[in-house]
Amino acid sequence: MTLLITLITGVMLLAAIAVVVLRGLLAAVAALAAVSLALSVLFVLLRAPDVALAEAAVGAGLSGVLLALTLRRVGLWPGGPAREDEQ
Amino acid sequence: MKGYGHTAATLLFLTGLGILLIAILQALPFGLAPMQVGQAIVAAAPGDTGADNIVTAILLGYRGLDTLGEVTILFVAAAAAGMVLGGASRGGAQAENAGFILHSAAYLLFPFLLVLGAYIVLHGHLTPGGGFQGGAILAAAFFVPVLASPASPFNHRTAMLVEGFAGAAFIMIGLVSLVGSDAFLTPFFGKGEAGALFSAGSLPLLYLAIGLKVGSELAGLMARVSGAEAGA
Repeated sequence: MTLLITLITGVMLLAAIAVVVLRGLLAAVAALAAVSLALSVLFVLLRAPDVALAEAAVGAGLSGVLLALTLRRVGLWPGGPAREDEQ
Repeated sequence: MKGYGHTAATLLFLTGLGILLIAILQALPFGLAPMQVGQAIVAAAPGDTGADNIVTAILLGYRGLDTLGEVTILFVAAAAAGMVLGGASRGGAQAENAGFILHSAAYLLFPFLLVLGAYIVLHGHLTPGGGFQGGAILAAAFFVPVLASPASPFNHRTAMLVEGFAGAAFIMIGLVSLVGSDAFLTPFFGKGEAGALFSAGSLPLLYLAIGLKVGSELAGLMARVSGAEAGA
């Protein structure tokens, strides 16, 4: 149990460092979602399934999508549509 | 190499913060609640509200007014985002459809996500989860098709109607509860049989309202951010 918690915390730490270090903004968003996903697994292990569900749905799902969409909207996502039409 | 300097400074700061937090954690026992009120609530909640899920009993039974405040904060945030983003962009309509895999999976996933979200909302008083978590899944169910084909219209009008009626329903349930008792949002309808779908009085109704409200709010918010064309 302690080993598992240490392992998941390690994954979270690595993913969190990746958020800061990664050059691609979309990759950083994905790493941020990975932090939330590992955190939700940790919540399950600590017997807090309610919080785990909320963390997985909001932290790993919605906030990641929201950040990625914001990247596309401000034109920082290379694959996104060109935004010249708004000027 | 200015960027690397910033990264190094950020990492240094975060490491220091982490060491400080670890130093504080060393003084606290792990997994033990420092307060006594939790044990009292865990002991009293099933008898008081009839809900199997104690988190729900606390969120809607003991702290219903706090939940109303939480829902209000979410409403204000979504309304502000809608004000800033609404009507400004028509760029989403120009975006081409997603690839074949996302496009077919989105419509395949839709009914399953819908059922899962509805299950989590309706069983909020029995199993882990509830209006907020289920609402987020419902929002995802309605948003994934928008992601797959950005040109498809998202009906903001219906979403706002559902959101408004669900929010009003939450407050109406609270007002109706004033008839039989002297406190806002007191659970009524009786406790019912513990573990049954129709139990725990009005708590499942409150969670249904929260689920619809959160779902329509988040789906509308994401559709706005993605710049989907506003449907009539």
